[in-house]
Amino acid sequence: MASTVHAQEKIGDNLIGLAAAGAMLFLYVPVVVLIAFSFNDNRSLTLPFKGFTLDWYVKAFNNQDMMEAIGNSFYVATTATVVTLIIGTAAAFTLDRISFPGKTLFRRLILLPIALPGIITGISMLNLFRLIGFNLSLETVILGHATALVSIVVTQVYARLQRFNRRLEEASSDLGARPWQTFFLVTLPNIRSAMIGSALLSFTLSFDEIPVTFFLTGRDNTLPMYIYSTLRRGITPEINAIGTIIILASLVLIVLSVYLLQKSNQE
Amino acid sequence: MSAIVEIQNVTKTYGGKVTAVDDLSLAVEEGEFVTLLGPSGCGKTTTLRMIAGFEIPTRGRIMLAGEDVTDLPPYHRQVNTVFQDYALFPHMTIQENVGYGLRVAGVPKSEVGPKVKDALVRVGLLDKAADRPAMLSGGQKQRVALARALVRQPKVLLLDEPLSALDAKLREAMQVEIKHLHEQLGLTFVFVTHDQREALVMSDRVVVMDQGKIVQSGTPSELYDQPASAYVADFIGNSNKLRGRVVDIQGRQVRVKVLGTEVSGLARQNGISVGDLVLMTVRPEKVQLLVEEEEAGSASLLSGTVLDNLFHGSTCRMEIDMGEGEPFVVDLQLRTALDQANLAAPGSRVRLAIDPATVSVFPDDGAFAS
Repeated sequence: MASTVHAQEKIGDNLIGLAAAGAMLFLYVPVVVLIAFSFNDNRSLTLPFKGFTLDWYVKAFNNQDMMEAIGNSFYVATTATVVTLIIGTAAAFTLDRISFPGKTLFRRLILLPIALPGIITGISMLNLFRLIGFNLSLETVILGHATALVSIVVTQVYARLQRFNRRLEEASSDLGARPWQTFFLVTLPNIRSAMIGSALLSFTLSFDEIPVTFFLTGRDNTLPMYIYSTLRRGITPEINAIGTIIILASLVLIVLSVYLLQKSNQE
Repeated sequence: MSAIVEIQNVTKTYGGKVTAVDDLSLAVEEGEFVTLLGPSGCGKTTTLRMIAGFEIPTRGRIMLAGEDVTDLPPYHRQVNTVFQDYALFPHMTIQENVGYGLRVAGVPKSEVGPKVKDALVRVGLLDKAADRPAMLSGGQKQRVALARALVRQPKVLLLDEPLSALDAKLREAMQVEIKHLHEQLGLTFVFVTHDQREALVMSDRVVVMDQGKIVQSGTPSELYDQPASAYVADFIGNSNKLRGRVVDIQGRQVRVKVLGTEVSGLARQNGISVGDLVLMTVRPEKVQLLVEEEEAGSASLLSGTVLDNLFHGSTCRMEIDMGEGEPFVVDLQLRTALDQANLAAPGSRVRLAIDPATVSVFPDDGAFAS
């Protein structure tokens, strides 16, 4: 009797294991295919593999247009992250420290953009920029990204500030520190991991953002836009190569950001 | 001796409704150890926070060493605080915590090091200098908080219930340690607590507060032996409360009829006249239990029935039914094993001799109604 129960449990465990494996396959097979073909010594994306090559990586790095697109993407993601971080941190402090009429509404509204589809943000900002006569450029893309991402920073930094022990600031002030010293020596170090974590997440999201960028960019292309435009001529192994690099870089950033945000939650 | 802290008619209200501190005046002498004592919400912590500068008085002035500091921010006041939850900076090591006050003041690094080391030696934590606060025990954190506050050589050290998070044994040890620190440094300490025993053990002077006002201020023994009100008598130590009626007043002495017996020679409080209902408080250890036919001398006699004997180690608390009100308690010293064996058993009648000099009489304002 006991052994049957045991056997049943074993079958159950195996089934769960199988389901988990299925889920992982579903998630990662496409990625593995992309990575595998970026090393395949064949212009067309068909099996069987012909051999190992790094040619596509060399070609990708020699592609002037693609390099320019990567440069643009870095510019957009970095600037958008910095803008987001400044506005988001300031908003988080306002929410945490100052009570004003309509505060709850303000908190809800500031979190709304993350729930809005990118296409809505894109179209509405496009309308606005047209209305006030802005020319579309990478800078308009930055504004669009910053709008969509600011809620990430606000959420994380606000959550950290809520758990932050205000007595520490009092202790600092009590020990003779001026308000700016208290901010830089006590407050900032304690919310730093929340800030860096949300910044990394913002950077990653901005780097591969398409819908908002699609509406707001001028003549310059970001990397995802460039890849999208070249796809009309079919997937080339060069794109697989650059895709592999992006996957690795994103992975590092995401893992780092999750680690930092987790650390921030434990503090 | 001159007043180093002077609180002049200070009132603090929140939102125009809640009055935390109500027209309070208090002068603290230089080198004094003053404790603000009271239940939570009595305004003691608010008072301390106003001295530190975290709260601005709604009305009144606060003087520090003769200077009006009422509107100065905390970082311009020469007082330092030890917080209830220690408030150590979690991202700094112990020596960085202790040196923080010197660092922000721009003291050169070469001078900070030795001063921090001295402070850590004083509290016996030199070996923890490189640790983070999270690695320390409650008692150690407490010591770091003390060292951090003292390294700036403040004119006044403020302590906001610093021992409330520690367990009983450690708390007693820290009480002694802080008291010794005060004696060594000769500094002015203002201590806030809701623990009356802590206040009695540590302070030169205890200020009892209630509802934002000072109820009584005096040395621990004054408060214990001559409480100014039934509130103080009840808050400090244990008291038996008896209700009686004044039958005679002669000069400063009153005679009160209580439980069918007339007790004379009681000290008269202001506002008492013949026929008044009064509340009498008697300390449990100041009552004598008479055996058999023993004479009471000048003391008055009351009698009752033993309800229970509660063994407390060195003492035994006897609960006695006096026929009305709450049980009367008497603390008996157990000097020998014989004392314990000879205790009157529950159910037996006992006689109590009460020395009028140990009884406080207050107008019965309806407080403590049973």
